[in-house]
Amino acid sequence: MKTLNRRDFGVAVAAAMLLPVTHARADDMEVHIDNFTFQPAELTVKVGTTVTWTNRDDIPHTIVSAGKFRSKTLDTDNQFSFTFTAAGDYKYFCSLHPHMTGLIKVE
Amino acid sequence: MSGHDHGDDGVNRRKVLECMTWAGTGVLWTITGGVPRSLGIVDSVQAAEAPGMTFLQISDSHVGFDKPANPNALGTLEEAVNKINAMPAKPSFMIHTGDITHLSKAAEFDNAERIISQTKLDVHYVPGEHDFLDEEVKFYRDRYGRGTKGQGWYSFDAGGVHFIGLVNVVDLKAGGLGNLGAEQLAWLEDDLRGKSKSTPVVLFAHIPLWTVYPQWGWGTEDGARALEYVKGFGSVTVLNGHIHQVMQKVEGNVTFHTARSTAFPQPAPGAAPSPGPMKVEDAKLRSMLGVASINFKQGNQPLAIIDTPLQG
Repeated sequence: MKTLNRRDFGVAVAAAMLLPVTHARADDMEVHIDNFTFQPAELTVKVGTTVTWTNRDDIPHTIVSAGKFRSKTLDTDNQFSFTFTAAGDYKYFCSLHPHMTGLIKVE
Repeated sequence: MSGHDHGDDGVNRRKVLECMTWAGTGVLWTITGGVPRSLGIVDSVQAAEAPGMTFLQISDSHVGFDKPANPNALGTLEEAVNKINAMPAKPSFMIHTGDITHLSKAAEFDNAERIISQTKLDVHYVPGEHDFLDEEVKFYRDRYGRGTKGQGWYSFDAGGVHFIGLVNVVDLKAGGLGNLGAEQLAWLEDDLRGKSKSTPVVLFAHIPLWTVYPQWGWGTEDGARALEYVKGFGSVTVLNGHIHQVMQKVEGNVTFHTARSTAFPQPAPGAAPSPGPMKVEDAKLRSMLGVASINFKQGNQPLAIIDTPLQG
């Protein structure tokens, strides 16, 4: 990475300061799909948390929790978000590659 | 062939279990008494001279795929079609074992059809999981579902062989493998009822009906049920796609075979962190894509499958 000059550095600091306002809420969580696995495969969150899944594979995947939520097909870099409003264990899987499974524990 | 005295099918039931993987140029295999025997490297001219009925298998075109493993999947499908058109003897027909498209977009189906139809062959399709991704799951069915049962399964007869196209990419269960389901299995049992046990049977489906590598989902949960129904038949051939590489296994009277993709290769089981598209050197790609030609000779039932890469 090249060294930032003073002006760029100033812009970077300003952008960083804006982050808490413009970016997602602090307790929101992310799950990545890499190499046909959900990472982390198990995640514990508080009620009200929004979890966002990002597909980083070259192959499409889905996020399906029977009776709870179901994403559209996510192509590379596509995302799916779900806000957990009730406590419980949410098992989910990829309906295209069902050996891919994950769990969100909501407390 | 000796020691065959079981009924009229002329097949030695000695249990043989072999599992092989190849890459590279076409190899002609003949099955005698359930034992596969390599006749060595052949070219398509020799293949064309083989007597009996010949049909082609093409698989996993993934039209629309444009990632580094192959930025032009439509282009390599076209190369495969050109290769088919250059065959000295026209095959009777073609089967496509699924994943015609990458994302089930209407334009992807249209592009695939535009290229594949240039073979001027009848094509019998079964869907892959990539063909059922549109919201209403109708693009595949509108094009290829006519006259089929359930989610798209069907059978037909050609050259004295009974062909059965199965769908194992629907209603998959968390943690599981490919799935045929009770309705389809009941139909299959009924479809085979009354068929002479000497009728050669070809089962084709997208995901392997045998368990190749469950860690990557390469198998079918209730595939063994389907194989139960064909157990008494003298010659059974199971043709699949999905794993983008050639694999063969012979078990008794059943020959299992998977075809190469025309789009991109996938790693050998367990050879990579995931079954995702495998990026190989550009110069090597076409040696890992291709089509399969299957030859049936009536009578003493040798069966030959020739896998031809796009480029040796």
